[in-house]
Amino acid sequence: MIALETHDLTVTYRKRPVLYGIDVAIPEGNLIGIVGPNGAGKSTLIKAVMGVVRSTGGWVKVFGKPVKESLTRIGYVPQRESIDWEFPVTVMDVALMGTYGKLGPFRWVGEEQRRRAREALERVGMLPYAKRQIGNLSGGQQQRVFLARALAQDSDLYLMDEPFAGVDAATESAIVELLKDLRSQGKTVIVVHHDLQSAREYFDMLLLLNMRLVAFGPTAEVFTTELLQKTYGGRLTILSEMAEKAAREGTGKLHPKNEP
Amino acid sequence: MSGILAAGLTGLSGLTLALIASLALGVASGLLGTFVVLRRESLFGDMLSHAVFPGVVAGFFLSAWLAKEGWVENAKNPLVILFCALVAGVLGAVVVTVLGNTTRLKQDARLGIVLSIFFAGGIALFGFGQPAGVQGFLYGQMAAIDATDLRLMLGAAAIVGVAVLLFRRPLMVVSFDEGYAHNLGYPVTWLTLMFSVLLTMSVVVAMQAVGVVLVSAMLITPAATAHLMTDRFPRMMVLSVLFTILASVGGTLLSGSVSDFAAGPVIALCATALFVLAYVFAPRHGLAARFWHDRGQRQRIQRENVLKDIYRVLEREGFPAEGATVGAFEAERRLDREGAERELKMLEDAGALIRRNGGERLVLSEEGWRQAARVVRNHRLWELYLTNEAAYQADHVHDDAEIVEHLLGEEAIQRLEAELGFPKTDPHGSPIPQPSAPPIHTTS
Repeated sequence: MIALETHDLTVTYRKRPVLYGIDVAIPEGNLIGIVGPNGAGKSTLIKAVMGVVRSTGGWVKVFGKPVKESLTRIGYVPQRESIDWEFPVTVMDVALMGTYGKLGPFRWVGEEQRRRAREALERVGMLPYAKRQIGNLSGGQQQRVFLARALAQDSDLYLMDEPFAGVDAATESAIVELLKDLRSQGKTVIVVHHDLQSAREYFDMLLLLNMRLVAFGPTAEVFTTELLQKTYGGRLTILSEMAEKAAREGTGKLHPKNEP
Repeated sequence: MSGILAAGLTGLSGLTLALIASLALGVASGLLGTFVVLRRESLFGDMLSHAVFPGVVAGFFLSAWLAKEGWVENAKNPLVILFCALVAGVLGAVVVTVLGNTTRLKQDARLGIVLSIFFAGGIALFGFGQPAGVQGFLYGQMAAIDATDLRLMLGAAAIVGVAVLLFRRPLMVVSFDEGYAHNLGYPVTWLTLMFSVLLTMSVVVAMQAVGVVLVSAMLITPAATAHLMTDRFPRMMVLSVLFTILASVGGTLLSGSVSDFAAGPVIALCATALFVLAYVFAPRHGLAARFWHDRGQRQRIQRENVLKDIYRVLEREGFPAEGATVGAFEAERRLDREGAERELKMLEDAGALIRRNGGERLVLSEEGWRQAARVVRNHRLWELYLTNEAAYQADHVHDDAEIVEHLLGEEAIQRLEAELGFPKTDPHGSPIPQPSAPPIHTTS
C-alpha cells in the first residue's frame, strides 16, 4: 500500500518557485527522511501535503484518497519555531489536542480523551510535566510534548517537520527509538531532517530534495556521492531564475497548474 | 423576541441599562480580546474599530431612509446598523489583504492606511447630515445608553458568546497552531473569516460603550491583564470577561459621580488600573511574585553555600561527633565573628543547624546534613562531569560548579551519575557524599 503519493506537486511562494513537479510514491511502514540543503523546500513539501501552504499545481493522495478525506490518519508535527511558547496552554492541553480530530469540534473532552493524552505523554516521558505551561520546558521537552500530541492522534502516517531541531542528544536518541517503535507497529513516519550524517543511520529510505525530487529510495541505494552532489550542488539556479522572471514579467507560469 | 426585549428594557433606569450594557461589553470584547491578544492582532483590532465607523454612519442613513419609506419602524434600526458595520469591517479587512497580496507593504503600514482612510471617510460621511445618535458611537455613550442601543449591544454580544462557546476548540487551535488546525480538518479559512466577523461585532458593541478610539483599549487591556494572571486558556477567557465587566461597571459609576466626565475614558482608565494591579501582583508573572521568587532563590543559594562550607570544615576534621568550631567556620568563610554569627543564625532559623557547647560547636540537623551533602555532591559531580566528559582542565572546573551546584535537579543528577558510572570521588580525590545516607559521625 502507498502511504503518500504526490503527482506533479508544485509550490510557488511570492512568485518564487519553491517546489517543482514532485512525483513520489512512498510505501507504507517505513521510516523516511527528507534531506536537502537549506531552502530546498523540505518543510514546504510537508506543509503542501497538509494544505498549510497552497500548492500551485499537482495533487496529493494519502492512502489512496485525497488528503482531506484521510486527515484522521495523519499526524502532523510542525516546526518548533512556529509555536508561540507564551500561549496559555499546559503540556496536558497540547497532548489533548491530539484527540480533537476524532472528537469533532463540538463534543466536550471526556475521560477517554484524557486517558489517551496521558498515555501519549507517558510514552515520551512527559507525564510528570503535565501541568507545566509549555514555555517552562527545555527545547527537548517541548519537542517531546508535540510528539505526544501526534501519538495521541493514533495516526497511520506521521509527518514531522525537523523534530530534532534544538534538541539535546539524549532526547534525539529517545525520539529515534520512538520513531522505530512506530515503524514496528506498521506506521509510516516521514521526517524532515537536517543532518546528513545521522540521516544515513536513522532512516530506511531517503527522499533527496532540492526544489525538485533528486532521488527517492532505500537509504543504501540513494546515499551515493553522485546523488548527494546533485542534491547539494545547486544546479537549478538558472531554472529557478527563469521561473521567477517568467512570473515577474507576466509571460505565464513555467509550471502550469495541473489538476488530477 | 426583540420586541419583548425592548419592552423589557424600556422601563429600566439609566444605571441599570448601563450595567446590562457592561455585561454585553464583557462578553463581546472580553472574549474576542483573548484571541486578539494571543493572535498578535491588536493592531488589526484597532484597524477594524476605525474601519467599522463609516459603516455605522452609513447604517444610520440607510436606517433613516428605510424608516421613511416604511420598510422598518425605527429610524435607528439596530439590525441595519450592525449589518452596515459588518460590511465596512469586512471591506477593511479585505483591503488590507489585497494590499498585502499586490504590494510590498508590510502589515502595519497596510493597517495604518486602511485605518485612517476608513475613519476619515466615516467622519466626512457624518458631515452630510449628522444623523442623531452617531456621536454615541464616536465618543461612547455608556452613561446615556437607551433601550434601542442596548438591543444592538445585547444581540451582537449574544452572537459572539454563542459562537465562541460552540467553536471554542477550533478557534483556540487556529490561534495556537494554524498548521495543526489543518491536520484536525478544521476549515481554517472559514474560521479566520468567522473570527473577523465576530471581532467586528464586538467592535460595534465596544464602540457604543467607549467610542471608536478606545475600542482597542477594551479589546486589548483586559485580555492582556488576564494573560498576566493565568497560564490556562479557558481561565484567561473568563478573567478577560470579568475584568472587562469590572472596568465597565467601575468606570460608569465613577464617571456618573463626576458629571462632567465621559464614561468611555474612565472605563479605559479602570481597565488600565486593573492591568497595573496584575502587573505588580499577578501570581507567578507579576513583579512582586518575581521579586519574592528571586529573593527566595538568593536566600537558598546563600544557605546552601554556608552549609557547604560547614560540610567542608567537618570533612577536613574527620566528621567529629561534637561538630565544627565557630573559629574554623569563620576561617573557612573568611568572615569576622559578627558576619559568621549572622550566617549561623540564618541556618538556625531554617532548622538546618544546632549549636552546642554554649554555641561554640556547630552540628548539622538531619535536614541540614541532607542539604549540605546534596550541594557538595552536586558540586563534585559537576566537576567530574566537566573534567571527564567535556575535557576541562581540573583547575578550571570549580567556578562553573559553584553555579551549577544550585541548579541541578534530581533527574539531572540521576543522568549525570549514570553517565559517569556512579563515581565515588571527584577529580581532586574528595569523596562524593550521598544525601540519602545517614550523617557521618566519628567519635574522637
